[in-house]
Amino acid sequence: MPQNQRDIKRRIQSTKNTAQITKAMEMVAAAKLRRVQEAVQQSKPYLAKMQSMLAGISKSARWVKHPLLAERPIRRTGYLVITGDRGLAGPYNSQIIRTALQEFRRRDKDTYVIYAIGRRGRDFFRKHGYPVGGEVVGVPDVPTYDSVRDLATQVVQAYADEQFDELYFIYNEFINPVTQRPVVKKVLPLSDVGEAPASSAQYLFEPDAETVFASLLPRYAETLVYQAVLDAKASFHGAQMTAMGNATDAAKEMIESLTLQLNRARQAAITTQIVEIVGGAEALK
Amino acid sequence: MSSVLLEVVTPERLVVSEQVNFITVLTGGGELGILPHHAPLAATVKPCIVKVRTDAGEDYINVNGGFLEIQPDKVTILADAAELASMIDVARAQAAKERAERRLAQREGVDVLRAELALQRALRRLEVVELSGKAGNVLGSGNQK
Repeated sequence: MPQNQRDIKRRIQSTKNTAQITKAMEMVAAAKLRRVQEAVQQSKPYLAKMQSMLAGISKSARWVKHPLLAERPIRRTGYLVITGDRGLAGPYNSQIIRTALQEFRRRDKDTYVIYAIGRRGRDFFRKHGYPVGGEVVGVPDVPTYDSVRDLATQVVQAYADEQFDELYFIYNEFINPVTQRPVVKKVLPLSDVGEAPASSAQYLFEPDAETVFASLLPRYAETLVYQAVLDAKASFHGAQMTAMGNATDAAKEMIESLTLQLNRARQAAITTQIVEIVGGAEALK
Repeated sequence: MSSVLLEVVTPERLVVSEQVNFITVLTGGGELGILPHHAPLAATVKPCIVKVRTDAGEDYINVNGGFLEIQPDKVTILADAAELASMIDVARAQAAKERAERRLAQREGVDVLRAELALQRALRRLEVVELSGKAGNVLGSGNQK
């Protein structure tokens, strides 16, 4: 235990520096979380509107068949896995990857395909030889529709082309800033379309029902992708905030115990000195 | 004058929510003018400049394609992207226009369709700014970022 005082002082200083950084990261994550939550709020009307429009139209155009609605025998499954681009967010990324692996374990490599959003997930799946069909990295902290649009279009198109027969999202659902829950959610074929509000009248169509319906459905699916990305981003900032908060607390605790050690060491040094002086004085008598 | 609520919504935000008297929009089936009490209608919307008339005057919205739904009391445009003149960066639109024109002039090794779309988007933006400026930027004064 009698450690060099200078060593302890140095450790305290370095721990303090770390705490400063983690504290700053916590606050940055908190600010970003707030902005993403705002974006989630802002994006709600679009989705709600689209749902009610789909419901209304599917009532008027019940005869229209569309590949996004059709249940097909499952030969291949698509997974859209959303992770973060960076670490330092506690178990955020590993949780997702673990959930995904559990899902994949039951399957042969040629019966599924992965679409990866986020650098962490992409790197992992690539490195370990999982089939990655498409990817996006570098989604902004507050995701824009444009940033995920290409992939969303690609995924929806691949489904329509029957490259796979069902699509799942795997991402961290945002419960509240300190809780995220990894979920595996079935998205395609679309199933929740068609509960028409009672008031909706028969629609006219321009140019015709098939065209409207057929262009609305893929856009709806793409919107679901965007929503999931927003949700996952909110979770990411929440997870990072929590992780950095914990790190700051841990650092503070460490500083406390180190300070105690330092004081003890100093006390011990003083005691030794006094004993030496007293001993020396005794010897002179 | 009777009016109807117009909402322009993009995946990222609600762009316009306003009482208007008249709307023109380019649908998949052609140009469509909408007055209050229009019959329920659903349509695809092509990239176009949406013109609206309110009690305060006229204004223009750049809409990048999407969908239109008319209900008895409400007209909703679900746009991939939409912007009022006040949200358009003129310098950027100008730069985009020149870039697209260069690409198109080059012709080789370029995604012509994409350049064409980019050019039209830039042109629409510039036009919206001009038209809207003339009409006095009626919509969304104040509450936009």
